[in-house]
Amino acid sequence: MNEALIAETISITGHGGDEIEAYLARPLGQDSFGGVVVIHHLPGYDSSTKEITRKFAAHGYAALMPNLYYREAPGASPDDAAAAARARGGVPDERLVGDVGGAADYLRAMDGSNGRVGVIGYCSGGRQSFLAAASLPLDAAVDCYGAFVVGSPPEGMPLKVGPIVHLAPDLSCPLLGLFGAEDQYPSPEQVDELDKALIEAGKPHEFHSYEGAGHAFFSVNRPAYRVEAANDGWQKIWDFYGRYLAG
Amino acid sequence: MCTYLTEKIAVAGSGKGAAGWFTLTDATVYLDHPQHAPAEHTLNIDFLNPASGPSARVAVELTAESARALARAIEATLQSAPPGLA
Repeated sequence: MNEALIAETISITGHGGDEIEAYLARPLGQDSFGGVVVIHHLPGYDSSTKEITRKFAAHGYAALMPNLYYREAPGASPDDAAAAARARGGVPDERLVGDVGGAADYLRAMDGSNGRVGVIGYCSGGRQSFLAAASLPLDAAVDCYGAFVVGSPPEGMPLKVGPIVHLAPDLSCPLLGLFGAEDQYPSPEQVDELDKALIEAGKPHEFHSYEGAGHAFFSVNRPAYRVEAANDGWQKIWDFYGRYLAG
Repeated sequence: MCTYLTEKIAVAGSGKGAAGWFTLTDATVYLDHPQHAPAEHTLNIDFLNPASGPSARVAVELTAESARALARAIEATLQSAPPGLA
């Protein structure tokens, strides 16, 4: 693998036929590749998540990250866009599914696509990755410490999301879950509850919880970064996508 | 965690953003991941004019201790102002 890639900003058709901004990175010199839809975290369509998107291309996948806040703030800087989207309570679930579906369609239609598409999301995107996998035909899904798949936001918190664990029987693909044992959202108990729901539904999945790590341990530019958990987590992702998306 | 815990208030005044001074109409106060501050969670304040778009924003991200000190300083300053000024 020579890690050669090209990355660019494009426009894709998202939920409701809306044209939205997206960041595409794809490998160079590769005849066939799988695709990955990258769902950014709550702080938005930012430089660090674009770096993650390029990382997938360096490892041989076409990766596409839709700007989930584009409608609220076209052309705004990522932090201003995130503040605007946050003030409105975040991204509606239905719109998220439409945008991820549009991104998956784009990846499948690319020259060189092997027809297989996965999804990965971080933080709020972890829950959205699970939601997308339960709502769309996908080939592999990764949930990185997504809160409120299980459980409701604490009393008094004006969070416009609810639990979606009841969607476990609808999962269209295997799920890899990567969690911090010291995280409270999701807590280890909530991760266990999701694990049990998936076992009950007969859905293939593998969960890994890292001791000494909390929420957002993949974030290299934040104090939450935990190098051992992140390195092992990336290896788990390469193994998982290698089984279900590569080729 | 992504708390979404937010207090919204209407404000009157001005703020200086990336494009210069603008009229403020709203402020949001929330506890969440910062964009820039080296802490896992911060008390964030956005001073806004939503009618002028998302970029009409002055943002600060403060540690909880700093935010409490700021709140006390604001209150103390207003309390000590001569009658009729504040």
